Amino acid sequence: MKYRSILMAAALAMAAAPAAQAGRGDAGNLNIIYWQAASILNPYLSGGTKDIDASALILEPLARYDENGNMVPWLVEEIPTVANGGVSEDLTTITWKIKPGIKWSDGTELTADDVVFTANYCMAPDGGCQGLAAFADVAKVEALDPLTVKITFDKPKPFPYGPFVGATTPIIQRAQFENCVGARAPECTEQNFNPIGTGPFRVVEFRANDVITMEANPNFRDPDKPHFATLTFKGGGDAAAAARAVLETGEFDYAWNLQIDPAILSQMAQGGKGTVISAFGTAVERLMVNLTNPDPALGEKRSTLEGGPHPFLTDPAVRRALSLAIDRNLLAEVGYGAAGQATCNVVPAPAIYVSTANDECLVQDIAKANAILDEAGWMPGPDGIRQKDGVRLSILYQTSTNAVRQDTQALIKQWWSEIGVETELKNIDAAVFFGGDQSSPDTFQKFYADIEMYTNLFDGTDPETYMKSWTCEEIPSPANNWLGSNMPRYCNPEYDALWAKLAATGPLEERAEIVKQLNDMLMQDGAMIPLIHRGRVSAHANSLTGIKLNTWDSEMWNVADWDRQ
Amino acid sequence: MLNYTIRRLMFTVPVLLFISFIIFLLLDLAPNDPTGNLPMTIPPEVRQQIRESLGLDQPIWVRYLLWCKQFFINEPLNIIEQWFGIQIGDGDRLRVRSWATRSPVVDLIVERMPQTLWVVGMSYVVGIIIAIPIGVISAYRQYSWFDQAGTFISMVGFSVPTFFTGVLMIVVFSVWLGWFPSIYDTTLVVEDWSSFVQQVRQMAMPVFVLALFNAAQISRFMRASMLDNLNQDYVRTARAKGLKEKTVLLVHVLRNSLIPVVTVIALNVPQVFGGAIITEQVFKVNGLGQLLIIGIQGADIPLVQTLTFIFAVLIVLFNLIADILYGILDPRIRYD
Repeated sequence: MKYRSILMAAALAMAAAPAAQAGRGDAGNLNIIYWQAASILNPYLSGGTKDIDASALILEPLARYDENGNMVPWLVEEIPTVANGGVSEDLTTITWKIKPGIKWSDGTELTADDVVFTANYCMAPDGGCQGLAAFADVAKVEALDPLTVKITFDKPKPFPYGPFVGATTPIIQRAQFENCVGARAPECTEQNFNPIGTGPFRVVEFRANDVITMEANPNFRDPDKPHFATLTFKGGGDAAAAARAVLETGEFDYAWNLQIDPAILSQMAQGGKGTVISAFGTAVERLMVNLTNPDPALGEKRSTLEGGPHPFLTDPAVRRALSLAIDRNLLAEVGYGAAGQATCNVVPAPAIYVSTANDECLVQDIAKANAILDEAGWMPGPDGIRQKDGVRLSILYQTSTNAVRQDTQALIKQWWSEIGVETELKNIDAAVFFGGDQSSPDTFQKFYADIEMYTNLFDGTDPETYMKSWTCEEIPSPANNWLGSNMPRYCNPEYDALWAKLAATGPLEERAEIVKQLNDMLMQDGAMIPLIHRGRVSAHANSLTGIKLNTWDSEMWNVADWDRQ
Repeated sequence: MLNYTIRRLMFTVPVLLFISFIIFLLLDLAPNDPTGNLPMTIPPEVRQQIRESLGLDQPIWVRYLLWCKQFFINEPLNIIEQWFGIQIGDGDRLRVRSWATRSPVVDLIVERMPQTLWVVGMSYVVGIIIAIPIGVISAYRQYSWFDQAGTFISMVGFSVPTFFTGVLMIVVFSVWLGWFPSIYDTTLVVEDWSSFVQQVRQMAMPVFVLALFNAAQISRFMRASMLDNLNQDYVRTARAKGLKEKTVLLVHVLRNSLIPVVTVIALNVPQVFGGAIITEQVFKVNGLGQLLIIGIQGADIPLVQTLTFIFAVLIVLFNLIADILYGILDPRIRYD
């Protein structure tokens, strides 16, 4: 009898096990490793993606992007559009309706006041808020009733989904941050380390620059989620060590941003403990072509419009030949593996914005590149380097210090030498190159070189702000303290006019058409030579399910759905 | 001796002020930017506002004097308040704040200190315990197989960098054998036998890697110092008096040979506090070394400035301690 009852109990337990899988917190502990440690859990004061991702476990925006780049309502009933009346006919206001019954992790209700406060928090002067760009053109944010928020813009906004959509502008609790606005923001250590959120997890202990311990939020709106009771978010080390911890030793369940030699990564993946995943967003590794003269003899006027045009890169034949000489598929294979694809566009995604007009560059053609240069009158000199009217095709090519970038540089130098172009390579520490130090001559904004290479991308799915980067007013120069993102110093009134048209156009299809035209203009005028469409690479343990790697939002966007088999 | 110590202590004040200024100048001249790690999608105007909110638009002497005030006046006051539970003034004073975490730097250092002291300190102790017997035997049995093997191992320990031995050990003991974790769990609390075993397991590799390095250095000093003394007249005298070999070696020779070694050990103590930057990074131990490297990577200037300055204070201090110890241990040395 006794045996039978034990057997019965065991059988019952077995039967109950799958059902229990659906409950909150029954999958135990989730171990995540970010090789850059999180420093702060307030994304508005963060210093990088690591902090934004860590806070995405706790704080949530009104709407998110899913893994295909579609907007999904998160804390709201639906995405406001002109059709459903959420966006006004004149495109100057957007009204969000919050789902009723959403609670903060301390048990209080989320209200429209919190959303209004979040906007005021970020837009407060002296706050140094890094999400400020999302609030561009916002005139005011007001609460119409406890669950309705209305955002009014200064001018018509065909794409009004800047504030509170995506990972960079989540909602923070008014009651918690009330005394932390503006210049006081950095002093609120307690709040910045332990934000109260509506997300699936809440902080138990935060150790800056090291490890965060979290537990399931007891007030999370879905009673069955998250599946993990606790979560450890460890930081530090390097990408290779993080990959090893997931793929080889199995100590961790998820590792972020594994930008390491693809050969080493695939070798580690053979360990059988984990899986390497990748997804493509909008990031493109590209060569920026300096259309102004970087000659040191020009002194202050170096690399500015006043300094005059570049001696040879303004010749379309030279730029086309440089692009044709590159074997992008080989670059992708050598440096990026699963995380890279050849591309000829600066806007590589979402699909509706992708142009096919520039696909000539996908196939390397050295002979054709040579023919183009011959035809344009650039003839090899005594040293084999092509020249015309005393100008030699000699290029200074700079980028940040990074093993993959240096491999790419070496390959491109080789190919360019085959078409009679001399290349001098230079690499600069990333913190200096991408840092905005006014006193340094080596920043990517100053661009004291002929060609420079780096990756750029845009947040979310709308490229309007991104395309503005190449309008005349965005050109970095001493006058604007080198602040600007138009590195090629591309200035074309037609482009500016077309961009203005984009900013005033509402319907998606028409916008897509204009973006394609803008992209083609940049490509055909040779302001940039795109190389690789770059993806995100992460790895997760084989036992983990529900992961949807998302490049449009935080990688942690759907962590509530993650589970263990 | 007391006069000498006071004189030296007085002299350290201008030295340390000078060092702090040099560190500040070096960090300011280094081309680095706290917004450098932000995603590329953040426009340059916003970056400029972030820099201004950090006070980077102020002239350098203003920022230096502000740091001095925060570090030399506000922080000590704060520590006094915390220790004695009293309130001085209104208690609302500016503290040295890290740019990346926006929290007081001193709190970060206090949080990191235990890990560094345990791992790096333990490796130093283990290193000394291994090194002294090896040094003594190597010298006593000079050119024997033990001496040759000891020389070989210490050469390896000394010349092979820890970022190589560390990764090698991870590959062997974590990946292949699975004996030790490759990532240090800093949230582990030792409360029972199993968590103690866990703590020992995760400390084993970083401690061994560092102990090998430390032992290599100290055992060479020990051996050289023993050899110097073994050929001295007083050793021959002791043997002629018929003392046992053990007494000659362990009482007469060892005690005298330890004098320079103790100085070397004292001089290296600041390293324990400084943390082992590379080893801590390899094993993900969240000590002071790792804090420093993260600060450097993120251009967190207040953090780097404060940490390097504290290291400078320790180095100056332990130099003084080593000098005084030398005077105490060796009656032939007198400073006054």
